Amino acid sequence: MSPRHTTGKRSHGWMGLHRGHRARPLEWLAEKFIFAVSLSAILVVLLIFLFVAREAAPLLYGRMNSAAVQEVIPVSEFDKLSPAQLQQYLGLTPSELAAMDRATLQSLMEVKVEALAEIPAAFREDPDARINTTQWRYLLRSHQWTDYAKPEFIWQPVGQIKKYNIIPLLIGSLKTTLVGLLFAVPLAVGAAIYVSQLARPRVREVVKPTIEMLSGIPSVVVGFFALLVMATVLQRVFGYQTRLNAFVAGIALGFAVIPVVFSIAEDALTSVPQAYTQAALALGSSKWQAAWQIVLPAALPGVFAATVLGFGRAIGETMIVLMVCSASVMSWNIFDSARSITTTIAAEMAEAVSGGPHYRILFLLGAMLFAVTFVLNLIGDVVMHRLKLQLEGKR
Amino acid sequence: MNEVRSQQPAGRSFRAEGFDYRSFFFSGLTGLATLLILAILGVILLNIVINGLPGLSWRFVSTIPKKDFFDLETTGVLPMIVGTTIRVLVMTIFVIPVGVITAIYLTEYAPNTSLVTRLLRAAVNNLAGVPSIVFGLFGLGFFINFIGKNLDALLHNPGPVWGQPAVLWASLTLAVMTLPVVIVATEESLKAIPTGLREASLALGATKLETIVKIVLPQALPGILTGGILAVSRAAGEVAPILFTGVAYYMASLPNKLTDQFMDLGYHVFVLSTQSPNIEQTRPLLYATVLVLLGLTFALNLVAIIIRARVRKKLRALN
Repeated sequence: MSPRHTTGKRSHGWMGLHRGHRARPLEWLAEKFIFAVSLSAILVVLLIFLFVAREAAPLLYGRMNSAAVQEVIPVSEFDKLSPAQLQQYLGLTPSELAAMDRATLQSLMEVKVEALAEIPAAFREDPDARINTTQWRYLLRSHQWTDYAKPEFIWQPVGQIKKYNIIPLLIGSLKTTLVGLLFAVPLAVGAAIYVSQLARPRVREVVKPTIEMLSGIPSVVVGFFALLVMATVLQRVFGYQTRLNAFVAGIALGFAVIPVVFSIAEDALTSVPQAYTQAALALGSSKWQAAWQIVLPAALPGVFAATVLGFGRAIGETMIVLMVCSASVMSWNIFDSARSITTTIAAEMAEAVSGGPHYRILFLLGAMLFAVTFVLNLIGDVVMHRLKLQLEGKR
Repeated sequence: MNEVRSQQPAGRSFRAEGFDYRSFFFSGLTGLATLLILAILGVILLNIVINGLPGLSWRFVSTIPKKDFFDLETTGVLPMIVGTTIRVLVMTIFVIPVGVITAIYLTEYAPNTSLVTRLLRAAVNNLAGVPSIVFGLFGLGFFINFIGKNLDALLHNPGPVWGQPAVLWASLTLAVMTLPVVIVATEESLKAIPTGLREASLALGATKLETIVKIVLPQALPGILTGGILAVSRAAGEVAPILFTGVAYYMASLPNKLTDQFMDLGYHVFVLSTQSPNIEQTRPLLYATVLVLLGLTFALNLVAIIIRARVRKKLRALN
C-alpha cells in the first residue's frame, strides 16, 4: 500500500470527527485556522496579479495621455466641461476631483495654460509633440519620428517627446534569454544524464548538491563576476567590439539557469523506473545506450519542462542583465548591447513619476512578465506532473 | 547466431564485440558537462575568495561609512550587514508560521484530489517561478501604494509614514517571495516522518491536532529549519524585490524603526560595481563586499543543503 493511499484513508476516517468537533470546539477552530492560513498562497498569487495590473490599468482603458502639447481649454470655459471631461483633462482620479473645490480646479487649469506658454514655440509646432505615445499603436509599432530617416522602434522615456516602444525591450529580453538557454540547457541536461544515469552513487551524492549550490550564489554576485571578470575574458577569446553585450549577459544568465534546468531534468531522469535501465542492460546495451536510447526518451517531457522553467527563470532575471548591459538597441545581434524588460523596470522605476505614463508602462511590462512566467510555470508543472503519473504507471 | 547479429542496426554495437567507442565518447561528454559546471562554480568562488580576503578586516565590517563610500581605507559595511540582517529576520517572522502551517495543511489535511488542494499546489509552484522584479512591483503597488497609503490616510498622518519604502515593506515582499521555499522544505520533511508514528499516536488516543503538534512537528524540526535557512539565504542575496520597497543608497545612521529605509549588502554590491568613479581603484573594496555577502548567503545555504540531503536520504529509505 502506498503512503498516499494510507493518508487518504486516514483523512476519510477523520470525517468521523463530526461527532468529535462538538466535543472539542477549540481543535475544530484550530483546524479551520490551518486551512484558512494555507489559502494565503492562492491569495498572494491573486493579489500579485491584481495589484500589478491595477497600477497599469489606466493605460489599458486609454486614460493616460503623454502628449507634451495638449489642447488647452481656457479657464473661461470651465462651466461648459462635464466632470468626466475635467477629470480627463486635468489627469485626476475621481476621488481627487471630488476633494477639490471650484477655485482649486480653475487654478489647475490656469497652470496648464501657463505650462503650455513655457514650451518653446518650435517644439510646439512639432507634430510628434501632440502624439499620445501611450497608445498601443506607439507601444508596439514603429513610427516615423521627426528628424529620423525611417520609421523606428524606440524606447526613450526621457526627453521632450517620450517614446515608449516596447519592442526593443522584448528583443533585448529574448536575445539574452536565448543565449543563456543555448549555453545552459545542453550543459545542464548533459550533467543531469551523467549524475542520474552514469555516475557511481558516491559521486552522485557529492556532485548533485554541489551543482545545486550554484543556485545559492546571489544573482548580483553573478552579475558582478560577469561585469568584472567574464566580460574581459570573453572579449579576449571572441574578439568582438562592445565589451558589455547581450552575449556576456546571456552566458551569465546561463549560470543562473543551470541549477534550475539541472535539478528538474535530473528529477525527471531519476523518476524513470530502474526496470527500464536494467532491462536494457540485460539485453546487452552499454550504460550510455540505456541512458540515451531508453531513459532519455522516456523522460523527454521532463527535459522539455526543465527548459521551459529555465526560460521563465532567465527572462525574469533582473540583476545580472542590469549590471552587464543596459543600452537599448533595436538589434538581434547578440554582440550588441541589450536592454531587457526586467532591467528597464529596475533601472527606471526610481525616476518615474508615481502615477504618470512612464510608471504605468513599467507596471504594464511587469504584468506582461508575470503573465508570461505564469503560463510557462503552468506548462512546466503540468508536463512534469503527467510525466510522473505516466512513469508510475497510473495512466 | 550470425544471422541475428547481422540484423542489428549499425549504431547499436554490443559491448561484448569489443570496446564501445561511441558510448565512451558520449559518456565522457556528459561527464565533461558536469565538470564544466563544477568548474564554473569553483572559479567564481575562488576568484571572489582570493581577491576578497585581502580587503577584509574587522574595521571593514564594523565601520559606518561616510557619504563617500568608495574608499577602501575608510569605508565599511556595518550598516549594510545590519540592514540585510534586519530585513531577513523580520521576513522570517512572517514567512515561517505561514509556510509551516500551509505545509501542515498540504501534508496532513489536504484531500488529494480536491480542487482547492490542486489550486493550492499550483499557486505554490507558480509563486516559486514569479520573477523577483515582479515581487518588487507587487511590494510597491500593494504594500506601499495600497496598504501604506491607506494606513496613512486612516491615521491622519501629516506626511507619508507608512506609504513610503521601509524595512517592513521590503521584509513583507521578501516573505511573499520565499513562501514556496519554506512550504516545499517543510512538506518534504513532514513526508519523511513514518506514517506508523502518527498511527501509534492516534491509537493511543491522541487527536489529530495533538499528534501533529506533539509528534509530527518535533520530528520535522530539522526540515523546517532547512526551509527557514534556505529562505533566509535566498532572501539575503535578492536585490530586485527591495529596489522599490525599502533600500536606500546611503544612510548616515542605522535603521531603528520598521518604517525606516535601510542600506543593503546586495544593493551595495550593485552600487559599487556600476556607479564607481574608478572601477580599478575600488576593485578591492568591491571584492571584499562581495565576499561578505557571499559568506552570509553561502554559509547558510551550505548548512541547509547538508541538512536537506540527510532528510532526503531518510525519505528514500522510507519508500
